Amino acid sequence: MTISPIDRAAAGTPHGVARRIRGLSDRTIAWIFVAPTIFLLLAVNIFPLIWTIRLSFTDYRVNRPNNEVSWVGLRNYERILSDPAIWDTMQATAHFLIWTIILQVLIGFTLAYLINMKFKGNDLWTTIIVFPMMLSPAVVGNFWTFLYQPQIGLFNYVVAFFTGADAASFSMIGDVHLAPWAIIIVDTWMWTPFVMLICLAGLRSIPDSIYEAAECDRASKWRQFWTITVPMALPFLMLAVLFRGIENFKMFDLVVQLTGGGPGNTTTLTSIDLKREAFERWRTGYSSAYAVILFVTVFGLASIYVKALNKVKQR
Amino acid sequence: MKRSFMTTTAAGALALASLASAAQAETLTLCWAAWDPANALIELSKDFEAQSGHTMRFEFVPWTSFADRMLNELNSGGQLCDLMIGDSQWIGGGAENGHYVKLNDFFDANGISMNDFIPATVTGYSEWPKNTPNYWALPAFGDVVGWTYRKDWFERPELQAEFQETYGRALDVPATLEELKDIAQFFQGRDIDGTTVYGAAIYTERGSEGITMGVTNALYNYGFQYENPDQPYDLEGFVNSAGAVAGLEFYKELYDTATPPGSSNWYMGENIDAFRSGQVAMQMNFAFIWPGVEADENVGGGRAGYFPNPAGPAGQFAQLGGQGISVVAYSSKQNAALEYIQWFAQPEVQAKWWELGGYSALRAVVEDPGFATSQPYAQTFLDSMAIVKDFWAEPAYADLLLAMQNRVHNYAVAGQGTAQEALDGLVADWTEIFEDEGKL
Repeated sequence: MTISPIDRAAAGTPHGVARRIRGLSDRTIAWIFVAPTIFLLLAVNIFPLIWTIRLSFTDYRVNRPNNEVSWVGLRNYERILSDPAIWDTMQATAHFLIWTIILQVLIGFTLAYLINMKFKGNDLWTTIIVFPMMLSPAVVGNFWTFLYQPQIGLFNYVVAFFTGADAASFSMIGDVHLAPWAIIIVDTWMWTPFVMLICLAGLRSIPDSIYEAAECDRASKWRQFWTITVPMALPFLMLAVLFRGIENFKMFDLVVQLTGGGPGNTTTLTSIDLKREAFERWRTGYSSAYAVILFVTVFGLASIYVKALNKVKQR
Repeated sequence: MKRSFMTTTAAGALALASLASAAQAETLTLCWAAWDPANALIELSKDFEAQSGHTMRFEFVPWTSFADRMLNELNSGGQLCDLMIGDSQWIGGGAENGHYVKLNDFFDANGISMNDFIPATVTGYSEWPKNTPNYWALPAFGDVVGWTYRKDWFERPELQAEFQETYGRALDVPATLEELKDIAQFFQGRDIDGTTVYGAAIYTERGSEGITMGVTNALYNYGFQYENPDQPYDLEGFVNSAGAVAGLEFYKELYDTATPPGSSNWYMGENIDAFRSGQVAMQMNFAFIWPGVEADENVGGGRAGYFPNPAGPAGQFAQLGGQGISVVAYSSKQNAALEYIQWFAQPEVQAKWWELGGYSALRAVVEDPGFATSQPYAQTFLDSMAIVKDFWAEPAYADLLLAMQNRVHNYAVAGQGTAQEALDGLVADWTEIFEDEGKL
């Protein structure tokens, strides 16, 4: 008689352990498996969040270990919400966020639509188009500072070539009016391929049979686009907007490399401002309150948006 | 048998001795900024390694993130650094927050006298509170903002003639800031050897400390003072005096009319690049760059000259740079770190430090009769070190610095508001910070 591997394992298991495991309910065993993950989640995510909320009501400064920490109630929140400089920063972030999303969705969807036409060499073009998003944001920020250089930058030369203006007569990252657009251009250059890929997935998920049925009904290409392509790709577009929105609300590295938040504060986004408060001015309590406000804002907006996304999906 | 016993004993003793020696030999980590002098220090420290048996490791961080990285290390009580060559403004925080070891007893025990160092460097790099004999660092690297200019361009007869005709004086090293502005404007947009060149590269950097280290060279000389000399932390009328406003307006005009396009976020590295590549006639920069300029194949070898920050209506001052070397309080190798400081303070080591490109702050070195002629920039260094002023070194220096960066950059580079509004705003910011600190 041959002994199966299961029998061998059972024979090899000490009686005490086997008996103990056999006595556990399914629910308990499930908890045992899930517990390490929950513990990690609590330690890495939930505990720091609760700790940050607690710190936000204090005047704690991490660089003053000898100072007594005082409870200041809502003072940090009041100071942040009544500070015009912070509202300027919010405005700069909103400008960046809205324009990058608009441009990336428009260009990304257009590119996806063109790539989806399955012409010769479209795989090569897809690879070329997605190249920018493979680069490090720090590298992109650094080399765009050279592209934007008024004397040697390619960008200024291209603009000068088409407009006839003197290349050295304007500075994309040194001018208060142009700098907010300079960071939008770079982010759009870098992340439009990401939006394109998501849109492409959406377009390729539309069954050909729907278009064939529309053809039978003699629907024009224009009508097919607005009644089939756009509605069916909309959930994917909305997903792309969600991802880019969350990412750009947290934008830091690219802009720091490009402009350092300047000139003045024109490109100081909230994450840059928060970093300065937390790790340059070391106002830990204050910056915790700032972080909580940003978290609530992003979380709130994202939750509303996800509900809308789900409704669109269910249509 | 006896011989064998003796041999075994001797071998054992030798092994024990080598073990004892190994136990004493430490690996020390010295933290500093990543720049040319740091490379010179690596060379210099080889002598220390040979003499002491200790091994030196180095942690160098670029200037723009130096404060972030190292203050984070200190604030978290990290043990990465045994020795820290920290910026002069950190001394207050280093002392009050317990990051640095107080060195008075060590100096006394080892015959190291602060009278042997340039007084401005002792006040700037070592003392806290200022002007009291409480030492937290040994002056390690004397530095000051000065100017570098294209001597070969200044000496061109056609340019000299045109300048003479336009301004009624010779094209020469400027004696005042107004003269400097004239010269910078004269070169702005000029064609030299088929290339468009610009007047001056000045500090405009927004993110760390750049524009503050630049604008103070104008502010001091027009009458800006950090506080009432008779009443500490009394700012009104000193920070935003009429002279200070004129100084800030001067800096903005210099930026608007005589700097390369796109230089809205420039600090040490960008200014060096602009000068070396022949973009500018003059550059503002710390003295540490001068050995590199002299050695540069494009602008070195006598083509560049050096001058201290020119005078303004209220006097002649220059922004102090440089650092002291401190023992980090969280280090477990403090004795070995102190050994390094003792070695570094020796006159012969300091003399070699200067030879390698490090700016010694030891008077025996800089007051040597041959010092002023030892390098083309040596006299300018001496003249500049005699007129230094430094930024706040309070524990809250980072708050004070960021407020100034913000106010000054918004006005001078972004063109927002007036100089008076910028400095009034700075008074308000600094007052709030000192109130938070409990000093007002």
